[in-house]
Amino acid sequence: MAKMAVMEGSHAIAEAARVCRPSVVSAYPITPQTHIVEDLSAMIANGELTNCEYVRTESEFSAASVIQGAQAAGVRTFSATSSQGAVLMYEVLFSIAGMRLPCVLAMANRAVSSPINIWNDHQDAISARDNGWIQLWAEDNQEAADMIIQAYKIAEDHRVTLPVMVNFDGFQVTHLYEPVEVYDQKMVDEFLPPYDPLFKLDPKDPVTMGALAQPEYYTEARYMVHAAQITAKPIIEDVAREFGRKFGRFKGGLIDTYKMEGAEVALVAMGSILGTMKDAVDEMRSAGIPVGIVKIRTYRPFPVEALRAALKGVKVVCVLDRNISLGMEGAVFVETKAALYNASESPTMLGFIIGLGGRDITVRDIKGIVDKGYKKIGGERVSELEWYQLDRNILPEGI
Amino acid sequence: MAALEDLYASGHRACAGCGCALFLKTLMRVAGPDVIVTNSTGCMEVVSTPYPESAWKVPWIHSLFENNAPVAAGIEAALKATGRKGNTKVIAIGGDGATFDIGFGLLSGVMERGHDILYICYDNEAYMNTGIQRSGSTPYDASTTTTPAGKMSFGNQRPKKNVPAIMAAHGVPYVATTSMGYPADFTKKVRKALSIEGPKYLQVHATCVPGWGIDGALSLEILRLAVETGLYPLYEYENGQITSVKKIKNRKPVKEYLDKQKRYSHLFKMPGGDREIEKIQHIADLNAKHFNLDIEEKATAKEKEAKEE
Ligand SMILES: Cc1ncc(C[n+]2csc(CCOP(=O)(O)OP(=O)(O)O)c2C)c(N)n1
Ligand code: SF4
Ligand SMILES: [Mg+2]
Repeated sequence: MAKMAVMEGSHAIAEAARVCRPSVVSAYPITPQTHIVEDLSAMIANGELTNCEYVRTESEFSAASVIQGAQAAGVRTFSATSSQGAVLMYEVLFSIAGMRLPCVLAMANRAVSSPINIWNDHQDAISARDNGWIQLWAEDNQEAADMIIQAYKIAEDHRVTLPVMVNFDGFQVTHLYEPVEVYDQKMVDEFLPPYDPLFKLDPKDPVTMGALAQPEYYTEARYMVHAAQITAKPIIEDVAREFGRKFGRFKGGLIDTYKMEGAEVALVAMGSILGTMKDAVDEMRSAGIPVGIVKIRTYRPFPVEALRAALKGVKVVCVLDRNISLGMEGAVFVETKAALYNASESPTMLGFIIGLGGRDITVRDIKGIVDKGYKKIGGERVSELEWYQLDRNILPEGI
Repeated sequence: MAALEDLYASGHRACAGCGCALFLKTLMRVAGPDVIVTNSTGCMEVVSTPYPESAWKVPWIHSLFENNAPVAAGIEAALKATGRKGNTKVIAIGGDGATFDIGFGLLSGVMERGHDILYICYDNEAYMNTGIQRSGSTPYDASTTTTPAGKMSFGNQRPKKNVPAIMAAHGVPYVATTSMGYPADFTKKVRKALSIEGPKYLQVHATCVPGWGIDGALSLEILRLAVETGLYPLYEYENGQITSVKKIKNRKPVKEYLDKQKRYSHLFKMPGGDREIEKIQHIADLNAKHFNLDIEEKATAKEKEAKEE
């Protein structure tokens, strides 16, 4: 029987990082990620995390650069960030993925300035979706911690060799106390073997990393990252299943579904909002309303085939986005639509912008969104995109 | 055999007479082969690694324009954590743009944290890779594509940033300036830097043929003139104190340095140019005073003192 303990989400994530035995940790504090890096510092100070160099940089840009250098030198690394820190890292994140360095980055998702706002939404990671990193999205403390361990296994798989960003909601996960498993180091070691780099900086066997690719090579270099993302799809599934067998928890690979049997309206979302959504669906199901949930657990690579299969036969899909591609729609909505557009059956799709900058999402909100789906089924006019919680009283006149 | 092999191979795409390529070649002869090199985006990165070619026979990584120092710090941390450090030296190479400007804060962090790396700035005094734009290292009155000389301007209107002093203020064990015009000085300082543990900063004056508008054959002569005029003093700081200065006998007028470079040619044509040359002479004189560069004969020194009083 696994030992359980009540821990803050940040601590659970730091514990997961610790049992993966990183050789170099580098990070810079930012709310709501701070507790993770503080906990790791304490673990090193207390001798719980050994053979590990903690580099306390002067910025996230440097933290990302430090883990890049360390990973290139052939060791396992860990970093964590959020929001402005992630934005500051972006240039390095591209470089890490292009160089196929399997770093793992914990991302406590938070809104991006301006206006400055320290609370949760998904803009930071969503805006980093094109840089080649695999993006995993956790729902709660346990899943976030488990995902860190899975992330190393996926990233370091020689068929993948790509960095992985593990996303979890700032505050809703990082600052929430919940019972989670206390990892058994031996079990983790059995699941995650020592890092075996495909290539590394070593004077005994010199390599050039980060060469200039002219037009005749650049496309192929980009294609190889893309191909590795596609290759990663079944590997992410396999790793999740193997983790499930070992630790007794399987929360889906690319996606997870909840009460999708015979669903007329399906809700699609990522992150901690899933808890509220499940409560709402439970209530609606017991009232005889056939509604279900598809949770996106892997946003990059985007689970096109899995979504097509899961949403088959559904009449209306409501996608909830805690991000906005300004001037367009929420990113998950756009991509879900794109994924289903050429499918044999394509349901009607509605997009909802919700929970930006930490705005609370209630069971009532979720039910209201499902209502919109049913209005659409009933032939009423429903706008394709709705800023669901927009308070028009706050807006200046004329907007 | 290995000793004769060039670890920075010929066949790279640098211009003939490029002082910076000479820097890399010489550096590798002195430092290699047990090194790991990080390189910022810039002319030396571009000319040395057009895929699938690489001039580097030592492990080498280029990430971005501004992060060669923290990437090197990460490598050092990895070697330390895994007990692989041994005698392996981690060397970060950056242009003046990377060092003085865009990577400055990151470099400061690495120096302050005490990483055991050698940072070398090859100082060609502008952003050469992108077509000769001004950097914080561009000297006073040099014409660049973003500080062009014109009817209303004598070129770059700010003096060169004093990065070595700032590096020394970090309390690092070793900071030095050197010049490819003096290969023996360069070699000596690289060796010394590599023998010291902790963060080291070396700044190497090196020509850019098109950037300075010079005859490539005169590269070394021009670099020596920079030193002989007092415009590029060579010195060492150890633990924050200046411990050696390359003295100059019969310091030459700056004109002799300036008139061999197109980047200063406007000073010889424009009205008021002579006054500008005087200002540059003043910069050299201040350097001479600050670093005590001049070797003066005793009598003249006394005379001078008397005059000053
Ligand atoms: C973030 C960023 N901004 C701008 C550039 C464009 N850029 C590439 S190299 C360079 C100048 C390099 O100057 P320096 O460091 O002095 O090296 P040099 O080319 O002179 O050898 C610039 C502006 C870049 N690559 N990255
Ligand atoms: S442009 Fe200047 S720095 Fe670049 S290779 Fe030519 S001479 Fe060297
Ligand atoms: Mg330059």
